[in-house]
Amino acid sequence: MTVADERLARTGAARRLLVRPELGAMVGAVAVFAFFASQSATFRSIEGVANWLDPASTLGIMAVAIALLMIGGEFDLSAGVLTGTTGLITVILATRYGLSVWTAMLVSLAAALLVGFLNGLIVVRTGLPSFIVTLGTFLMLQGVNLGVTKALTGTVQVGGLRGAEGYEGARAVLAGTFPAGGTDFRVAVLWWLGVTALATWVLMRTRAGNRIFAVGGDARAARAAGVPAERTKIALFMTTAVAAWLVGSILALRFTSVQANSGIGQEFVYIIAAVIGGCLLTGGYGSAIGAAIGAVIFGMADKGIVFAGWDADWFTFFLGAMLLLATLANRLVRRYAEEVRR
Amino acid sequence: MTGTDGVPADAARGGPPPGGPGPGIVEADPGTGRAAEAAPPLLEVRAVGKTFGGVIALRDVSTRVCRGEVTCVLGDNGAGKSTLIKILSGMHAPDSGEYLLDGAPAAFTSPRDAMDQGIATVYQDLAMIPLMSVWRNFFLGSEPVLGRGPFRRFDVARARRVVREELRSMGIDIRDVDQPMGTLSGGERQSVAIARAVHFGARVLILDEPTSALGVKQAGVVLRYIAQARDRGLGVVLITHNPHHAYPIGDRFLLLNRGTSLGEYGKAGITREELTSLMAGGAELERLAHELDRGEPPGPAYP
Repeated sequence: MTVADERLARTGAARRLLVRPELGAMVGAVAVFAFFASQSATFRSIEGVANWLDPASTLGIMAVAIALLMIGGEFDLSAGVLTGTTGLITVILATRYGLSVWTAMLVSLAAALLVGFLNGLIVVRTGLPSFIVTLGTFLMLQGVNLGVTKALTGTVQVGGLRGAEGYEGARAVLAGTFPAGGTDFRVAVLWWLGVTALATWVLMRTRAGNRIFAVGGDARAARAAGVPAERTKIALFMTTAVAAWLVGSILALRFTSVQANSGIGQEFVYIIAAVIGGCLLTGGYGSAIGAAIGAVIFGMADKGIVFAGWDADWFTFFLGAMLLLATLANRLVRRYAEEVRR
Repeated sequence: MTGTDGVPADAARGGPPPGGPGPGIVEADPGTGRAAEAAPPLLEVRAVGKTFGGVIALRDVSTRVCRGEVTCVLGDNGAGKSTLIKILSGMHAPDSGEYLLDGAPAAFTSPRDAMDQGIATVYQDLAMIPLMSVWRNFFLGSEPVLGRGPFRRFDVARARRVVREELRSMGIDIRDVDQPMGTLSGGERQSVAIARAVHFGARVLILDEPTSALGVKQAGVVLRYIAQARDRGLGVVLITHNPHHAYPIGDRFLLLNRGTSLGEYGKAGITREELTSLMAGGAELERLAHELDRGEPPGPAYP
């Protein structure tokens, strides 16, 4: 039975929409699409869509994981370089040590889980800001990637994955294409949609989701309510590491080689996409769908600038402007929503 | 979505049915014969004491909480109120004295342990997450679930419904259970915290200064919900430094000063004026009134 409070009538559908954290990103995505679609016919064609969804998908997988972590109140600056580390481990093991691609991927998954676990453990045990802790792991991994790659191969790149056992199968699953609407889309798009759907379900409809919001909103109060805050945070760091492994594997299989410096600089892009998607830097608020949409904005801007025939150097300018606009829009929306509620 | 496995048992209650009469039911009247005199008190401490290093925080304090009664603990800052709640709520074990639950000796390893035995403590800061909705906060740490294994999920529909019913049956007037906790007023937040403790089966409710940060009207609202909890048969321990909030609702008053008991009084044994005067340290207050009184000449002739 549902007896409505008569004052609930004031909570209209418009307001309910306004309090969604992803609203700002949604409006931004529509505006960016409309802008580039008006500039370039290729951009709005199905081939164009497949083209800009490709960078959006690998970025999106990471942005969604980072969004969960940020809602849980932490950052991970080592996530970008970890995509490189996992790719390097997979390729080195499969090409130099004769492991099958699948086995090599299992080993790199274990390494990623270990990095995520250590990140989380150090953060919850020392109470240091995760920004500093993961900046440390970021720099250490960057050094390891270069040092180990050079020691083993004499260059800063490992390749030749194409000849490894199990390559074709793994490529079909993670880096293949599928036809839709008369063109070929990357399989990574499906992974990205799957990850977004799973993350949204966990956040909104499971105990774990309630706990993620709680530890990010106020870890002390969460602990007082019986939430295992330490375990929740460590699990979030490990989830981010698994996402980095997934993206690292997708990229390694697609290019069949990995640069020792790959992934560096991406960590901030993930955070930017999550913030455009409505995540608060202070934690406790945000959405996985928003982060996925933030990644779409990136993909559209990345390819749209090229389609429109502009100099790609302007990409970062565009990015910065989007970030500022989205953050301001999110703040205004939140303030408005909370004012009306009083 | 109708399964109910894994859901904590609702507290037995004799309150008004959901959707029944709203707020304003409560009358703080000690003479209605609520207490069952024969049964042992829900919770009792006998001559408990606690020292921290060289500081005696509490010495020889005794009190009890009975079913359907409110025991008020009054004292100025530093009187030992916080130490006493920490002992009652299971955070500290007493160094001396006895702790009895239903007449049997009890010892808790943690506040969680005490909570599992029906002793719920609502602290001043409430342990609520401001950005989360009312229903998410209400069930935080004890979410009702549906399904099994990897498909086990938070029963959101049930959580929303239970919170709405629970708040309404307590006469708590929240517009929308989806609104963030942080948008509620201080009194509303206290009320939700009390409703949460009642829902999760608390038998003894310990409230730490629930009215101290509130305006007169808000404080009145919170006192009504305390009376609601009492009328449902809970024993309530109300910690406060405000005798005007304590007197109308209390059945028993424990006065603390500098870590020791100044005495425990039944409602019949003390007037509001005596309570106020005792709390402020009686003679001290008179001297102060004297000092501040500019119009009259100083002298011992004060009535």
